[in-house]
Amino acid sequence: MKDVALKMVERAKELLANGEVARVIGWKKGEFYFDPQPASFETVEELDSFVYNGFCGANLSKYLIKMSKKEGKTAIFLKPCDSYSFNQLVKEYRIKRENIYVIAIECQGKLDIQKIKAKGIDAVTEVEEDGENIKVSSLYGEYTVAKDEVLLGKCSVCNKTHQVKDEEIGDSERPVRDGDRFAEVAALEAMTEDERFAFWREQLSKCIRCNACRNVCPACSCLKCVFDNPASGIAAKANDDQFEEQLFHIIRAFHVAGRCTDCGECSRVCPQNIPLHLLNRKFIKDIDGFYGEYQAGEESEGKTPLTSYTEGDTEPNDVFNGEAK
Amino acid sequence: MQRIGVFICWCGSNIAATVDVEKVAEVIKSEPGVVYSANYQYMCSENGQQLIKQAIKEHNLTGIVVGACSPRMHEATFRKAAEAAGLNPYMVEIANIREHCSWIHKDMDEATEKAIILVRTAIAKVKLNAPLMAGESPVVKRALVIGGGIAGIQAALDIADAGFEVDIVEKNATIGGRMAQIDKTFPTLDCSACILTPKMVDCAQNEKIDILSYSEVEDVKGFVGNFNVTIRRKARYVDETKCTGCKLCMEKCPSKKGLNTFNMNLNTRPAIHIPFAQAIPNVAVIDAEQCIKFKTGKCGICQKVCGAGAIDYEQKDTFIERQYGAIVVATGFKPIDLNNFNEYGYSENKDVITSLELERLMNAAGPTSGVLLRPSDGEHPKVVTFIQCVGSRDTSGCGKPYCSKICCMYTAKHAMLIREKYPDTEVHVFYIDVRTPGKNYDEFYRRAVEQYGVDYIKGMVGKVYNENGKLMVQGSNLIDNEQITIESDLVVLAAAIEPEPSVRKVATLLTASIDTNNFLTESHAKLRPVESPTAGVYLAGVCQGPKDIPETVSQASAAAAKVIGLLVKDKLKTNPCVATPNESMCNGCSQCANVCAYGAITYVDKEFPLPGRKIEVRRVASVNPAVCQGCGACTVTCPSGAMDLKGFSSKQLMSEVEAICKK
Repeated sequence: MKDVALKMVERAKELLANGEVARVIGWKKGEFYFDPQPASFETVEELDSFVYNGFCGANLSKYLIKMSKKEGKTAIFLKPCDSYSFNQLVKEYRIKRENIYVIAIECQGKLDIQKIKAKGIDAVTEVEEDGENIKVSSLYGEYTVAKDEVLLGKCSVCNKTHQVKDEEIGDSERPVRDGDRFAEVAALEAMTEDERFAFWREQLSKCIRCNACRNVCPACSCLKCVFDNPASGIAAKANDDQFEEQLFHIIRAFHVAGRCTDCGECSRVCPQNIPLHLLNRKFIKDIDGFYGEYQAGEESEGKTPLTSYTEGDTEPNDVFNGEAK
Repeated sequence: MQRIGVFICWCGSNIAATVDVEKVAEVIKSEPGVVYSANYQYMCSENGQQLIKQAIKEHNLTGIVVGACSPRMHEATFRKAAEAAGLNPYMVEIANIREHCSWIHKDMDEATEKAIILVRTAIAKVKLNAPLMAGESPVVKRALVIGGGIAGIQAALDIADAGFEVDIVEKNATIGGRMAQIDKTFPTLDCSACILTPKMVDCAQNEKIDILSYSEVEDVKGFVGNFNVTIRRKARYVDETKCTGCKLCMEKCPSKKGLNTFNMNLNTRPAIHIPFAQAIPNVAVIDAEQCIKFKTGKCGICQKVCGAGAIDYEQKDTFIERQYGAIVVATGFKPIDLNNFNEYGYSENKDVITSLELERLMNAAGPTSGVLLRPSDGEHPKVVTFIQCVGSRDTSGCGKPYCSKICCMYTAKHAMLIREKYPDTEVHVFYIDVRTPGKNYDEFYRRAVEQYGVDYIKGMVGKVYNENGKLMVQGSNLIDNEQITIESDLVVLAAAIEPEPSVRKVATLLTASIDTNNFLTESHAKLRPVESPTAGVYLAGVCQGPKDIPETVSQASAAAAKVIGLLVKDKLKTNPCVATPNESMCNGCSQCANVCAYGAITYVDKEFPLPGRKIEVRRVASVNPAVCQGCGACTVTCPSGAMDLKGFSSKQLMSEVEAICKK
């Protein structure tokens, strides 16, 4: 991982120095080792604060909407999962492919600091990958932890591959993760309606409407969100009663249905740990069932299952009558 | 301040018997914004309309709500009345308190309460209505007929006769359809080909008619008056302009074992063939799946023998795009598959045949040259048993719930013809009911029974099985109340008919509605029977419902009359309720363009001012109001809510929902 990070910095410096790109989007050091932040670097000097480590889970694609509108070309480091969001944004004409230089980078799965803390390890100062384990250094000592136990939720079932690249740094080979990403959805489907309602009511009641999920979501890229627009008539719907959050998240899930690449950022950034990705995965699972397997972001043009009609499409009454495929 | 007038219609007793119309009018008076409220026996009558006009003038109404029947029925009537009184016609809203209320409820209190809510909802909407102006669009003076059977032929001839150009798109290699397969026609017993083929020839010779055989409709864009249709011309591997129809290729073709679909697979035909003697166009077609040249690359005999040089193995499907003002759907029917009816042994016994197969067996151009011979051994059948309603009027789920309508008559015809030609043949007919309404129809059936001695047995058949080479037909005789078994040589099944399955694709392309049995829906079952609810699309023949030849021809002519009535107009008024994007909110994501069935949405790069005198160029949606049909698919797809529909804005719909939910 250290090798990869070094190569990335070198390449970024080269691209900026020879003027091929005007800026590079990557991650910079945060306050701690475990909180690197997305950042745009415009000079070689700025790159001194560049990092790429096991905590760089953030999806950078969405930053391109603003950054790639600026003068000059923008280079960006994309992990495999980020590349799907990238394609989706190209497909929706939110970014211009020709203004962007994509550097595909190695990712062996990113870590969840909360899961590490839950193991009693505080004040992490460094993490080194060591095959199936990671070595965690902290102010209080060194620990060896099984990597699978501290992966981000989205990484533990990820088998995504680079969908777009102008060049590649690091190894694109990764261990196959055989987790079923729909297992949690299936468990929810198995509940009775009342149980499911209770589950979501409890989860969604934790929401503090910080909008982190919306702001991080690459599919939530509207110029003006309907929730911020009094004229939409929806803004008021979301806080009509004490259970406002339920509508907010459900409307949001509808808006990104068919466009969500399952990047998992919504759940990663939620300060209240609401498993928001489950709403999106339910849609993905249903789309797969009704219209055939579909992964948003695998292609950067064409129609999607929800915005096209084919004769083989499941009819709404089949869904209503429970006779859908 | 809005000044709303409310008019509650009794519709005679249709509404007033279930809804307390006076109470509705009274309660509504106190709604904010309502300055006038009245009720009247027939609002759609001259007097009723006068009442509305007067109220608009006297009370300076800015909008009106009519609580009456479905807007599909009289919205246009009330809009016209409003316009005559100087109110913009789009300031009229209809509260459907008939179909949506009085007709479906029994309890007066409940129905009255619901009617009040429905009227309130319409008031909530009309308050947000804005005056709209209808535009105009030109009419392309050319019609498309989909399907070249007798329905399509008749419609095309009538349209051409009025001086308009018309194209027939036929998926088979020749026009003629099912009628070409039929031997004799009831109730006059004249030869089907003798009356059909002159019409086919008329089509071919008519300068206004272009026959696109072996072609299918691939895509339809546009709207009434301006359809843009892509037609796939399937590769027939024979140049239509060169082939003389000499049939030499058919003689020389070494691959002669293809099933003859025209003869209901009862005999074989060469890989290169002309479907039947009177085919129009009289041009050969190669069945690529059967052709040795296509399978192995060797052969090419037809190309060698063709004096006209018409054979072209390299031919590919081509696509042509044409504009039409109106479209007639005449896609016809097919007999149902009998897989669900094992009890009749159709798949096991060669001598259990369908009525359409019998037509070919009795036809002089058929596999037996018109001599009635059993398919199994070529013997004359001495006992022929007909079974009616095979899959018709079937509520078990195996067949069709409807009556196929033509079977009683054609079975009587078959029975009569067999008795006439072969008087030594016994003919039995199992029937549930004999249904023969129609001019000279019942007389025809009675002739079969009384004059020709056909044995009609009221009862259904339980099973048909083979015993020592005889077909045993076991059924009940309800008149004598006994179980009987008839030893037969030939069993003929009157299989139900169903719409040609390709109609589903056609309906989808045309956004024409279709019922659960795949029959196309007419705009009004009684008053607009040849019009599809989709403007500019007309229906002819069995695609709309089971019917016989005379009815099909009448409907085709009726559809043609409607088409002519449309094509003589130079311009049509367009619907002003079209989508319109709020450019300041549009993301340019193209989702609306993806879902638009009419191709009405394009994208443009447009400059927008930013703070600091900067300019930003953004990709935004642009709706062509002449093409938009106001379906609203784009408005619900737009994630940011930038797309809205005039006359049906999100705000209006939300305020309706709120009015319904308000306690």
